[in-house]
Amino acid sequence: MAAGTPLLELEGVSKAFGPVQALDRVDFAVSAGEVVGLVGDNGAGKSTLVKTIAGIHSADTGAIRFEGREVSISRPQDATDLGIATVYQDLALCDNLDVVANLFLGREEVSPGIGTASRQLDEARMEHQTGELLSNLAVTIPSLRSEVGTLSGGQRQQVAVARSLLGEPKVVLLDEPTAALGVAQTAQVLNLIRRLRERELGVVVISHNLVDVFEVADRIFVLRLGQAAGEFAAESTTEEHVVSAITGLGAEGEKQNGREDEERADANGEEGR
Amino acid sequence: MSDAATGTADSSEAATRPKETVRRLVQGDLASLRVVIGLALIWAIFQFENDRFLSAQNLTNLLLQITATGLISIGIVYVLLLGEIDLSVGAVSGLAAAVMAVLNVKHGWNPYLAIAAAVAVGMAIGVLQGSLFSRFAVPSFVVTLAGLLAWQGALLQVLGSTGSINVNDPKITGLTETFYSHTVGWIMAALIVGGYGAVLFLGHRRRAAAGLQAENLTGLIVRFVLVAVVTIVTVNVLNSYHGVPLAVLILLAFVVGMEFVVKRTGFGRHVFAVGGNAEAARRAGIRVNGIRIAVFGIAGTMAAIGGIMAASRLLAVNQNSGGNELLLLAIAGPVIAGTSLFGGRGSVWTALMGALVIGSISNGMDLLALSSAVKFMVTGGVLLLAVLVDAIARNQRSATGRV
Repeated sequence: MAAGTPLLELEGVSKAFGPVQALDRVDFAVSAGEVVGLVGDNGAGKSTLVKTIAGIHSADTGAIRFEGREVSISRPQDATDLGIATVYQDLALCDNLDVVANLFLGREEVSPGIGTASRQLDEARMEHQTGELLSNLAVTIPSLRSEVGTLSGGQRQQVAVARSLLGEPKVVLLDEPTAALGVAQTAQVLNLIRRLRERELGVVVISHNLVDVFEVADRIFVLRLGQAAGEFAAESTTEEHVVSAITGLGAEGEKQNGREDEERADANGEEGR
Repeated sequence: MSDAATGTADSSEAATRPKETVRRLVQGDLASLRVVIGLALIWAIFQFENDRFLSAQNLTNLLLQITATGLISIGIVYVLLLGEIDLSVGAVSGLAAAVMAVLNVKHGWNPYLAIAAAVAVGMAIGVLQGSLFSRFAVPSFVVTLAGLLAWQGALLQVLGSTGSINVNDPKITGLTETFYSHTVGWIMAALIVGGYGAVLFLGHRRRAAAGLQAENLTGLIVRFVLVAVVTIVTVNVLNSYHGVPLAVLILLAFVVGMEFVVKRTGFGRHVFAVGGNAEAARRAGIRVNGIRIAVFGIAGTMAAIGGIMAASRLLAVNQNSGGNELLLLAIAGPVIAGTSLFGGRGSVWTALMGALVIGSISNGMDLLALSSAVKFMVTGGVLLLAVLVDAIARNQRSATGRV
């Protein structure tokens, strides 16, 4: 699957916040049509890594290559211009606006003809495009004109992902897309991630939930204390191996289960901005 | 929450429409209908107590009385949509009117120039307050409270030792003294009804052209008929006294124009977005501070326009201009009519409807010769009732998962 040059490649990326070395010479890559699961304990540097790619932090040292070219990402706009979209855990949706308005927020379409002079929004065209995009992604929403605040968590997550696709990105970063979702909704979101892969996008999924990661990822990348702690092909590894890479301990069942529960409990707080 | 595909969900929604309407009425999506019912109730009570209340003369008076407050409330609606508050609009309206009066009367400026200068002062003050609020992240409540005091002082300063200036330029007093003939009134009614019909028809056709599910045709017709009936009845009533007043047209034009801006343009969409979730708006690339400054600029501008209309009607600017309860009524109006104090929900029509409700109460009590004491207490009661109903509606919404 990962033939040729990766779409996005990080080499020896380090980032320190004062005395804390959040990322320490990390090499990371994602190819077109590949889903990479990014896992690690709280404070392992997952968020920092994603924010570095998304342009919220800039790396202290190291190189970022996009489609083989060396690039510098120092602002969120740089990442967007390259074609890197990020869906944060808090989704950043406006609950008081409907699905169409949220999808097109900040890039509204203006009507042709007389409408242009008055800067009138082209609601019909935006609704039409929204309908097409969502049905291509097989996203199910009761009505395109329902307020986002009335949707379920899974639907909101899918709207947020669909919105990131409007800019026609090549790489999509998803921060905890299944946190706090029920079983059926998690399945919907995982299906959506598979459709992103079918569209030949490079997808990075941060998750605390190894079951979900194994379900959807081609490759699993483990961070521990800011360093790369292992890389596994999802098909040929087991959860024990990944957990021991996360914790840095040998594969001992009881301890890991305890830790994992703790992580789940923290999952909501940790990635918040 | 239904996971049904888009098509099925839409058709089932159509089937449950009557029930849906009742639910929306109770839960506050149709707050506008609620305020219409409230207004009808108020009118019925006053008409029962005094049969001059619904006379053409009194209704014309009522409309002229609410013009200034209604115009100021339009700016307040924008500020409320952001989830902010502007306490300075009363003082700004007084100061702007004083600037106009001094320039026109004492310095002999052309009345239109004097009006433009007054509007510019209002806008500048709004932009200044908006900049302070967004640049330094000071609560808008405090910035505009400081403004309330400072601009009131500025009003006294501008008026000088006389403390009162009579405005008698016919161009300025004409703003509230001009009435149109019957024929002109009916032509305007035809334009309004025809224009509204055209907007509905074009919108309908555009949706059909884009291959979207067409809106309910009955709903469109009902809306058209409602607007036509209200327009015709209003013009008929106004015509049986002095005719359609210019002031009412000014108010209506601002309501329609500012409603268009807030509901149909990208700028308006961004105002709602910032009021709903400022962080989400920022991440979507919206210049949040720019929106905030523009909105406070609009509030200052509308306050100045309201102040000019008030001075035109009073034929003077004095130390009390923009004072007393004007500020509180201008804020209470939109809230009574359903604009949320918490941002992201509301419409410019609530400025007009709220001003009508408050104006009717005040006008009716004057007619019944009740004291100011009673008037204030009743108005306070109505405001409290309105926010209670709104709060209950919001609780109901969140109970059913509708935030």
